[in-house]
Amino acid sequence: MSLRQEHEIHTRRKGRNVGVGLMLAGFVVLVLALTFTKVTSGDFELPKAEELR
Amino acid sequence: MSDVSYNTPTGEYETQLGDYFALLKPRVMSLVVFTALVGLLAAPVPVHPVIAFCSILFVAIGAGASGALNMWWDADIDSVMRRTAKRPIPSGRVPAGEALSLGLALSGLSVMMLALSANLLAAGLLAFTIFFYAVVYSMWLKRSTPQNIVIGGAAGAFPPVIGWVIATGSFSVEAWLMFALIFMWTPPHFWALALFMKSDYDDANVPMLTVTHGRRSTRLHIIAYTVLLAVLAVGTGVTAIGGPLYLAVAIVLNIMFLKGAVDIWRRPEEAAIADDYRVEKKFFRLSLWYLFAHFGAILAEAALRPFGLGGW
Repeated sequence: MSLRQEHEIHTRRKGRNVGVGLMLAGFVVLVLALTFTKVTSGDFELPKAEELR
Repeated sequence: MSDVSYNTPTGEYETQLGDYFALLKPRVMSLVVFTALVGLLAAPVPVHPVIAFCSILFVAIGAGASGALNMWWDADIDSVMRRTAKRPIPSGRVPAGEALSLGLALSGLSVMMLALSANLLAAGLLAFTIFFYAVVYSMWLKRSTPQNIVIGGAAGAFPPVIGWVIATGSFSVEAWLMFALIFMWTPPHFWALALFMKSDYDDANVPMLTVTHGRRSTRLHIIAYTVLLAVLAVGTGVTAIGGPLYLAVAIVLNIMFLKGAVDIWRRPEEAAIADDYRVEKKFFRLSLWYLFAHFGAILAEAALRPFGLGGW
């Protein structure tokens, strides 16, 4: 059977799926902000091996 | 084969995002967020706002995860007790297996992310707190000893210590004082609840003090712990996290709390039944304000410190 684009379960779970999607997007933004903060704050140091290159 | 091979029949309840959120015990989570934030801000080391926000969020997720694990384990007794019968699992809104998966996944995620955003000690402490609440309290103590709430209360007392460790990377006396405040506050808070949730714990065979030692003994225990709590709470006022404002708040609230405990102790059970546990319910409500005000005062002292006003 071919894949149907819009199954009944998609409609039923739309709210839940959108919510999960938004949370994942939020998590990505959070990790990005955290990384940026860590890298730009004073105490960040590259590992020794990286410095030698 | 269809793209969705496990169709739920239309009309059957579809678990909503809000149901999963309810598994995380949002009210407990809000208390965890508040006390952890106070621990973080009361610490003498400033933390970057982004790191502070992320770290507190991961602590909240960890607390929520332990709540989901607790609900998974306690689903059988939750369905018996009036207070908990509408929780997501006993009401059939979330399958027990999903609650377990969510609890485990969020536990791992929160600990890992806290290690990245703050430090390994804070992450380790969060992991221990989740283990303590889900395994030591829920799986072991809750159904085996009337001291369940006394020892289990430690799980709820860890968040300000985690907040402090996020900022400083180490433990200190002040952090343990905040721990002790919540630890000593938990028994009178829950025993007051057990007094007016009359038959709930009885029906579920949970050995709360009211069930194993009787209601008179519970009333006596409430006043004993309240006296110890008052000494601790007022004494904290003269430490590094205290100050004049905190001391004033602590003195007023502890007088009120002690009066409430004395009222509970002096009351015969018949009088409590006659007015539907009015005094016990009032004491329970006051206990919520009690904790909020004490931590709010610690926060205020920390906020005033940069202006030369907070602390001694």
